[in-house]
Amino acid sequence: MASTAMYKTILTRLAQAVPVLLIFAILVFTLMHLLPGDPAVAIAGTDASREAIDKIREQLGLNRPILVQLLSWLAQIAQGDFGRSIVLNQSVVSAVAERLPVTLSLSMLSLMITLPVGILLGVIAAYWRNTWIDSAVMLIALLGVSLPGFWVGILSVLLFSVHLGWFPPSGYVPIGQGVWPWLASLIQPAVVLALFQIGFLARITRSAMLDVMDQDFIRTARAKGVDEWHTIAKHAFRNTLIPVVTVLGITVSLLIGGAVVIEQVFALPGIGRLIVQGILARDYPLVQGTMLLFGFAFVLINILVDIIYTFVDPRVRYG
Amino acid sequence: MDDAVAPRRRFRVVRKLARHRSFSIGFVIMAAMLIIAIAAPYITGLDPTAMKIRMRFRPPQGSFWFGTDQFGRDLLTRVLYGARMSLWIALAVALLSGVVGALIGVLSAQFRRLDSLLMRIMDALMAAPAIMLAIGLGAALGPQTHSVIIALAVAYIPRTARIVRASALVTRELEFIEAARVAGISPLRIMLRHLLPNAMGPLLVQSTFVFAYAILAEAALSFLGVGPPPPAPSWGNIIAEGRDFSVEAWWIMVFPGAAISLAALGMNLVGDGLRDVLDPRLKVES
Amino acid sequence: MTTPLLEVSDLTVRFRTDTGWMTAVDKVSLQIAPGEALGIVGESGSGKSVTALSILRLHAMATTRLPTGRIMWGGRDLLGLSMRDMRAIRGRDIAMIFQDPMSSLNPVLTIADQIGETLRLHQGLDAAASRRRAIELLDLVRIPDAARRVDEYPHRLSGGMRQRVMIAIAIACRPKLLIADEPTTALDVTIQAQILDLLRDLQAELGMSVILITHDMGVIAEFARRVMVMYAGRVVEAAPVGGLFTAPLHPYTEGLLASIPKLDVDVRRLPSIPGSIPDPTMVIQGCRFGPRCPIIEAGCRQDPMLLPAGLEREVRCPPRIAP
Repeated sequence: MASTAMYKTILTRLAQAVPVLLIFAILVFTLMHLLPGDPAVAIAGTDASREAIDKIREQLGLNRPILVQLLSWLAQIAQGDFGRSIVLNQSVVSAVAERLPVTLSLSMLSLMITLPVGILLGVIAAYWRNTWIDSAVMLIALLGVSLPGFWVGILSVLLFSVHLGWFPPSGYVPIGQGVWPWLASLIQPAVVLALFQIGFLARITRSAMLDVMDQDFIRTARAKGVDEWHTIAKHAFRNTLIPVVTVLGITVSLLIGGAVVIEQVFALPGIGRLIVQGILARDYPLVQGTMLLFGFAFVLINILVDIIYTFVDPRVRYG
Repeated sequence: MDDAVAPRRRFRVVRKLARHRSFSIGFVIMAAMLIIAIAAPYITGLDPTAMKIRMRFRPPQGSFWFGTDQFGRDLLTRVLYGARMSLWIALAVALLSGVVGALIGVLSAQFRRLDSLLMRIMDALMAAPAIMLAIGLGAALGPQTHSVIIALAVAYIPRTARIVRASALVTRELEFIEAARVAGISPLRIMLRHLLPNAMGPLLVQSTFVFAYAILAEAALSFLGVGPPPPAPSWGNIIAEGRDFSVEAWWIMVFPGAAISLAALGMNLVGDGLRDVLDPRLKVES
Repeated sequence: MTTPLLEVSDLTVRFRTDTGWMTAVDKVSLQIAPGEALGIVGESGSGKSVTALSILRLHAMATTRLPTGRIMWGGRDLLGLSMRDMRAIRGRDIAMIFQDPMSSLNPVLTIADQIGETLRLHQGLDAAASRRRAIELLDLVRIPDAARRVDEYPHRLSGGMRQRVMIAIAIACRPKLLIADEPTTALDVTIQAQILDLLRDLQAELGMSVILITHDMGVIAEFARRVMVMYAGRVVEAAPVGGLFTAPLHPYTEGLLASIPKLDVDVRRLPSIPGSIPDPTMVIQGCRFGPRCPIIEAGCRQDPMLLPAGLEREVRCPPRIAP
């Protein structure tokens, strides 16, 4: 279903994204230039001669005025050139591309756990509202949003990897080496990462579902003789999805943010690790480029969420 | 709004909160933690940074309830003093992001010309996950406690600003505000007397949740190496330092982690209660 | 008199509130004959809607005790049925329409789906057959361009059109009884008249009984043959429409009649009767209407009973029943 309304939505959202990304780029650039320490020194080594450092600085264009550096960087971006990492001596795009499968696998797996579990828990809690089932489910959800993910990750490694030996404690196995080893290397971090999102989504779903269950059309369905299962599954659930879809963008944002931390716990060579390494090594082309790619990805994700939204809510689809 | 009604309404809100189960539990947890944090020096006579290498890695026993760490420092003392640091950071982040977010939100709602610029900046700040922005800012500002506070506050400002703006936009359209504007009441007065007070409910709810997030985020930043610098303890940096010894000395990271969890839990409960009572839009229980 | 289609006796419904249990419906009895139109009238809070919802057992489960009394339908007590048996009756034998057509239809399902659901459920029609039947039903409730409208979503229809769709859903299985709870209250005055006409025509055409619940005496006059007036959870007067309008017995009925022209919204206060419906959690000694009553006397201190007062008439007011 590709209505003109949808194309219009996509185009408007893309147009709105341009100034946002521009401001974001300037922000990231400013941030990186605030970083203490001189990248030229970092590369040359602290005992390097002044000339050597100056030479590197010139090579990197760091001796030019800040504004010129910013403008030339923006011009590069506009041409699709996201720069070169100083430390890795590799283009940012290829560095990100190398690590993307790890982060993508982790996030996707985690999202695939989060969505059904989070939504189901919310629905269960709402349906049995104010009973012990509701209390139990909401306690789980509350723990999900209250326990620090990296801490749970470390404890989980201690229990499942060190003591029980069920999963590898760290590292990533590419899917090319077999689906099972790949899954085994990811399942533990993915579940740990999912805990927060599950809690978040379950809480949102519960309150959305409670709102819907109080609506008149639910009573209409019951008055027609529709059974409880279809009242929930057909009449209530699809309406519950509307507010749930609106927080999907935030969920993905939380997921990626969590992935940055979880990749450290499980030593997964993903993009989060790349950014943290870049920041600690003062590798600003790398950090700038990666962050900006993230920005682009988020804009696309949010447009995707808008499209999903039009599928869920006919009032938006047909205006 | 009739001034005579206000105190009675406020009293009713307090009574409703006191009856709210989640709020009461959360409030008791947070009050207890705050008292413990403030009274830390009187509870433990020890110095949280004093090293006694001979006493390294003592498991929880005898006079060391929580055991000792890799430098022989008493972990209970460190967790108690860590509460001061971690709760202070979270509180400061909640206040700072609340104040700045409210300001931006109200300004956006009042001055339509500023609105699109301010909101584009907020969108830009939200283009990266909050924690990632905080890592970058924290690193850029250097390893100090106030860098952590600023980094986290900036990361949470956009959502607060959006919430306050949404509320203020609704208030703005009310008839008496329209009348006040026509009567020549200054925009500053409208903002402070009407837009801001009417956004207080959602603002307070949001800031409570920011407090909870900030406790978790401080720990995550410490873990990534951009948190409050050692040796002064925060819950986050105790875990970060103890991580390498997690197999041999589990207690070093278990106790501060439990403290973080309890504080975040308490604050989330308080937030749930406030939301039920103050934000009727989200109210789902009778 | 023929055997009644529905016979409710001593129906009592209690709700849990913040301050304790309250009795929303207090020993209400009513009966309706096949093809009859019964009106139930009263202010909001009188218990009329709760009575209607309880017949189909659609009251809020979490905060309500199972109603007591009996609701006899085809030789069975509806209050004693299993949920499965109850669902078989809902929408097939007894159908219901509600006050707010804007929120009574599911926003994410098409009209065809929402009408067809009842047909598929109770008559086992397949998707194509139920869609064809849905179009016929839309024609029947006088929605123009039914074949096109049937595939639309509710938000594309006006309030009046939506109420017509609700009626189409209700009559889909040719129910023996239709309960209409304030069906016109949320609509414009001109639309109100159209909907009432439609209901009356359908009632004659399909030979169904209708219970019409309203706060509007004007609507009652146009529609019902018999009227029950409710106040604070109790029936205070029951009479044929003609008698009630020409010679009301209960002072509350008099008040309702006096306020007809002004009463176009569901108000808590009647202009002609000072005061308002008492707090249902409060215990009142004697007649519930006592505090607002202009003709209260000593006999009203004891709880007055609903007593016969002429042909097909009952009233709960000692001063008006001369011994």
